[in-house]
Amino acid sequence: MSYLEPQGRYRGLAGWIFSTDHKRIGVLYLWSILSFFSVGVLFGVLMRLKMLWPGEHLYSPQMYNALFTLHGVIQIFLFIIPGIPAVFGNFFLPLQIGAKDVAFPRLNLLSWWFYIAGAALALTSLFLAGGPPDTGWSFYVPYSVRTTTNVVMPVFAAFVLGFSSILTGLNFITTIHRLRAPGMSWFKMPLFVWSLYATAWIQILATPILGITLLLIMGERLLNLGLFDPGRGGDPLLYQHLFWIYSHPAVYIMILPAMGVISEIIPTFSRKNIYGYKAIAFSSMAIAFVGYLVWAHHMFTSGMSDFARALFSLLTFLVAIPSGVKVFNWVATMYKGSIKVEPPMLFAMTFIFLFSIGGLTGLMQGALGTNINVHETYYVVGHFHYTMFGGTGMGLFAALLYWFPKMTGKMYNKRAIVVAWACIFVGFNLLYFTMMVMGWLGMPRRYYAYLPQYQPFHIVATIGSWFLAAGIFMFLYAFLRALRKGTPAGANPWGGTTLEWTTASPPPLENFHEIPTVTRGPYDHTGRADA
Amino acid sequence: MSTAAATLSIEHAHVDPKGSRIGMWLFLFTELLLFGGLFLLYAVYRAKFPADFHYAAKNLDLTIAAFNTVLLLTSSLTMVLGVGLLERRQRKASVLFIVLTILMGAVFLVNKYVEWSHKIHLHLYPGSAELADRTMGENIFYGLYYAMTGLHGIHVIAGMIILGFMVAMLRRPPQRTVAVPVETLPGMADKNVTGATVTLSYAEDEELDTRRLSRLENAGLYWHLVDLIWIFLFPLFYLIS
Repeated sequence: MSYLEPQGRYRGLAGWIFSTDHKRIGVLYLWSILSFFSVGVLFGVLMRLKMLWPGEHLYSPQMYNALFTLHGVIQIFLFIIPGIPAVFGNFFLPLQIGAKDVAFPRLNLLSWWFYIAGAALALTSLFLAGGPPDTGWSFYVPYSVRTTTNVVMPVFAAFVLGFSSILTGLNFITTIHRLRAPGMSWFKMPLFVWSLYATAWIQILATPILGITLLLIMGERLLNLGLFDPGRGGDPLLYQHLFWIYSHPAVYIMILPAMGVISEIIPTFSRKNIYGYKAIAFSSMAIAFVGYLVWAHHMFTSGMSDFARALFSLLTFLVAIPSGVKVFNWVATMYKGSIKVEPPMLFAMTFIFLFSIGGLTGLMQGALGTNINVHETYYVVGHFHYTMFGGTGMGLFAALLYWFPKMTGKMYNKRAIVVAWACIFVGFNLLYFTMMVMGWLGMPRRYYAYLPQYQPFHIVATIGSWFLAAGIFMFLYAFLRALRKGTPAGANPWGGTTLEWTTASPPPLENFHEIPTVTRGPYDHTGRADA
Repeated sequence: MSTAAATLSIEHAHVDPKGSRIGMWLFLFTELLLFGGLFLLYAVYRAKFPADFHYAAKNLDLTIAAFNTVLLLTSSLTMVLGVGLLERRQRKASVLFIVLTILMGAVFLVNKYVEWSHKIHLHLYPGSAELADRTMGENIFYGLYYAMTGLHGIHVIAGMIILGFMVAMLRRPPQRTVAVPVETLPGMADKNVTGATVTLSYAEDEELDTRRLSRLENAGLYWHLVDLIWIFLFPLFYLIS
């Protein structure tokens, strides 16, 4: 009996939103996250549309400020941070370590409820008096304390979402420590599990700092605390420190699980054991650790001492090393492999390409001299989208392509996916590469009106955004269609070697009829029929 | 075969006290880091305004705070005793000690209320006209004072609510129920009945249930955290002049 069939006390929707089955919770997250992602994409397209004209057009500057704030808040807090861990981590972590569920199933459901509550609060702020927030997703003081728009609501929403993230993190760590199947030693764990483990530690150790920072904004606005008010002795720079102590590690919360997905897909479609298993596993932990110590590279122009800037610049260069280790190991895995470019592999290779561009342009900003020139320009926006969308976004798409047949038992139309991919790839590079070019030429970010000399670049970028959005919706439509008309996928359509491929598609309620005993490494292809 | 399957279902409801404790400790880390952000602000501002902090702290009520410190430390003791008594199967005495713990938390809050209202009566609160005339360091000191003791107070309330649940849980003797699919019961495998479940009730011990003990231990850990944070707040605000 598959997990999709009705069971327990409730039927229909209630059977899903009150289910503590990790697979059902993963699917709940998938629907919620993709819905908010679509809204975020829509806001992004609307922002780009205005930028076709240098002057006032289409809508007011206030509306533009609200759009970039909401685009950021939605895509970061409701899409990329929970994205891969909450959807695919929930669904596949227990399957990959041979467990029946996560350690705290009810806490797991609670974290989804927190997620929905946070999302509802964030969306409520749109309709309250004062209007949607216009501070940017980073809520910098003093503006976030002074603006008359609704800041308290979205800030509280982000606080609640942080709770959801923390609960998922502590659930995963406990699950990995306590529920591995017999024989599943730490170095027999799939690399996706390693990446979730590293991510979960950052979620636990960094998110509370965001929690207190957001509470302090509420305190400033509601109780007039004055802790960041320079007129009363407060220091706004301290806000920036607190904010980035969370929000820089948060980008590793976003990217690490995507790297884990790529580490699953590359060996499967190269029909080869992964190159440098331990190096990849340890590099996840190294990123989690060093990534905690680089936050102030967001503040090179904020007025810190030269010593602090040089130190954070050095640490920023160091954190690139483990990411480089991963990229080289993935490429080395493909070397002399029997490569099959199925849709998941296509997106995994796209990840490597786009993330490498994003990573290298990130290093350029880690250099103090360059940073001062490109700070607050479109160059940063382009770089950020190359890592977060080209990286995590493509990783999430690849994960969906790789595991959708397992989750639903259905195979999608592969040709439709390839067409969507072409659209996404062309649109993506037109949009974000152009952004980096115009940023390099001096176009500041978050400006509603701009000098006419940048208009050609904005037009190219906006056209790119249309291709990208069209590609994304074609991509998502292919899955909706597959739900109804997909062909049966079978238990192991890709020839995967990890435990989730040993059970039926979709998996039975208790995952495995008998808890497996693990004797082989996770990517051991020797002796497989199609190796 | 069918007996083995029934055993398997009961095992599924099996508790993992060690796993729960790992989860609780991880949660406590997050609580420490939540306060950590405020301690960071305190450290920076105290280094910036040492004299103002020294002067402002003189106005705080050391007597009430010292009494509150003794109170919270004692409540941690009664909490430990409550857990220990349940371990030794003295459920009713354990409930008594947890109620005592809750009461001490309540007295702590009443004292805090008296202390705060006195400060507010003297117009020593963020944004007041009185503080506007004083130094920047004093303004920051009171901002931190209200933020940190306030957040701590919220945690005391949360701890009392959790302990309230523990009292409600422990008032009745333990009884565990497990839902078992009917086909897994002995002798039912070949009867071709599926889809229904049977609820079995049993008590593994007259007074002790490991799941409940594990819950009480974790609630106790939370209470100790609340105590621990106060142990840091007390010297940082009251003992620096």
